[in-house]
Amino acid sequence: MNNVFIYCEIEDGVVADVSLELLTKGRTLAAKLGVDVEAIAIGTGIEGVVEKQIFPYGAKRIHLFDAPGLSPYTTLPHASIVCKLFKEEQPQICLMGATVIGRDLGPRVSSALTSGLTADCTALEIGEFEDKKNQKVYKDLLYQIRPAFGGSIVATIVNPDHRPQMATVRDGVMKKEILDPNFKGEVVKHDVSKYVSQADMVVSVIERQVAKAKNNLKNAPIIVAGGYGVGSKENFKLLQDLAKTLGAEIGASRAAVDAGWIDHDRQIGQTGVTVRPKLYIACGISGQIQHIAGMQDSSLIISVNSDPQAPINTIADYVINGTIEEVLPKMIKYFKKNSK
Amino acid sequence: MSYKIIVLAKQVPDTRAVSKDAMTPEGTVNRAALPAIFNPEDLNALEMALQIKDANPGSTVKIVTMGLPKAAEVIREGLFRGADGGVLLTDRAFAGADTLATSYTIATAIKKIGDYDIIIGGRQAIDGDTAQVGPQVAEKLGLPQVTYAEKIESLEGKTIRIKRAITGGVETVETKLPVVITVNGSADACRPRNAKNVMKYKYAQTPSEAAQKPTPYAAIADSKPYLKIEEWNNATINADLQQCGLNGSPTKVKNVESIVFAAKESKTFSASDADIEGLMVELLANHTIG
Repeated sequence: MNNVFIYCEIEDGVVADVSLELLTKGRTLAAKLGVDVEAIAIGTGIEGVVEKQIFPYGAKRIHLFDAPGLSPYTTLPHASIVCKLFKEEQPQICLMGATVIGRDLGPRVSSALTSGLTADCTALEIGEFEDKKNQKVYKDLLYQIRPAFGGSIVATIVNPDHRPQMATVRDGVMKKEILDPNFKGEVVKHDVSKYVSQADMVVSVIERQVAKAKNNLKNAPIIVAGGYGVGSKENFKLLQDLAKTLGAEIGASRAAVDAGWIDHDRQIGQTGVTVRPKLYIACGISGQIQHIAGMQDSSLIISVNSDPQAPINTIADYVINGTIEEVLPKMIKYFKKNSK
Repeated sequence: MSYKIIVLAKQVPDTRAVSKDAMTPEGTVNRAALPAIFNPEDLNALEMALQIKDANPGSTVKIVTMGLPKAAEVIREGLFRGADGGVLLTDRAFAGADTLATSYTIATAIKKIGDYDIIIGGRQAIDGDTAQVGPQVAEKLGLPQVTYAEKIESLEGKTIRIKRAITGGVETVETKLPVVITVNGSADACRPRNAKNVMKYKYAQTPSEAAQKPTPYAAIADSKPYLKIEEWNNATINADLQQCGLNGSPTKVKNVESIVFAAKESKTFSASDADIEGLMVELLANHTIG
């Protein structure tokens, strides 16, 4: 009872990276609280397929729900299972990916359990909270830490009285680490018919097209990223030229994506992808915390910006004061000249 | 057949416009310095509703918003673009709400409206980016939800087919009305204001706006009921105050910090040929590139 639960996303029998990252984080939180981390796996034909992916991350128990109609994901059957399971198991913490699925399921579950939910957390910690108004001190609460208000502030949210404490976290924000490749926990097979009613099957998936990710931003060693300062869609070609020369992937800030200069799936930051490349070249990016949250762990950061006061310059290792039109072609030229 | 559509909209500070001026000397956000706008994805939602209305004559679009009295602006904007009416939920008791308390209040108001087939809102609001209110309203009303919607593929009788964005692709789902839909920013952009509607609704006001600053038409507003924007408080919707506002919010803000990054020792270069060549040589020498 009162354990830490991770909802595992499963696509074609493969457990999503974000779920494994959350199992890793959940393990740390559970250890601090002196409880176990448990996994929820819901799908069709997943028995015997997902256990060996989940156990190495230290889940003491997998709650397995395997029945027809549970893959692909639809909201209501998964929500019914999670809600009912939580009433039985009384977890103190539940984590989900801040993905299309987690952001669809999380609020539905939290509303049904009136439990509260914090979206898109960038850090999770355990700590105490003093409710000054009611003069009450709560120990061992989950600090749900996230940038807010366009990223200009970071808020720590707590959930003193309601359980479970729920949070979603984006793909790549937490690190994925195997506890022990041979770790074995317990598999609890549940009778799905006790959790899902026919009324839950009211939404049916007619057609589905899923392509493999078009880019490899998350694992790219070098990223050339553009922000609002790039100025236009045409100017992104300068970034593409540099990326091609250096063998880099293209990334962008939210402002550049919102301006329609580049695809949404290349957005880096709190509401996009989190990256940790060995070199990050920020071109015309001012450096809102939303963006910085997604790239600050890069080994080396170069900022190309015509504004010497751009906030991103404070976290950059190298700052080049200049416009991208001027600087990027020179970077290409001198890379080519000196790499031969 | 005709449909009764409710559009959930929110007036939000334009967080995309957060600049140095928007920060106070203490490092907190000066909300007043940011323009208040119609939440962008709620505009996509409004367009989706208006397209259903266009294709199904006799359908109506009603905007529901919760916020300060000023949020009536969102309803007027909706009327200018083709909506038929609106309800503003405003009350001090609603203040300080997290997403759960907000959803309770909105769902309670929708129950009072009673007659609806489709509820559509934006996927998320740019001041919080949580994407939680839509699904939570659906749960409170006991309705199915379709999130991340991009397009209504078909609507025949009570059966609706919706194309939605999923990780790495798209899927089409089918369900029965009534349903709650949240619309992704990749859906069709909202049509502009319609000049005729602007003429018609220019003086539409809530009762408290009319009391504070009556328009030249206030005197004849009674004969033109479309000029009255409905304004509901907790008594109108008979809300349980324990579930509204700060009281009804399980999540509490422990603390808020403005961001200060540990500044690194950075090396600064000019855009001169010599500087950039020097940098590239250094990066090549330490095998960062190449």
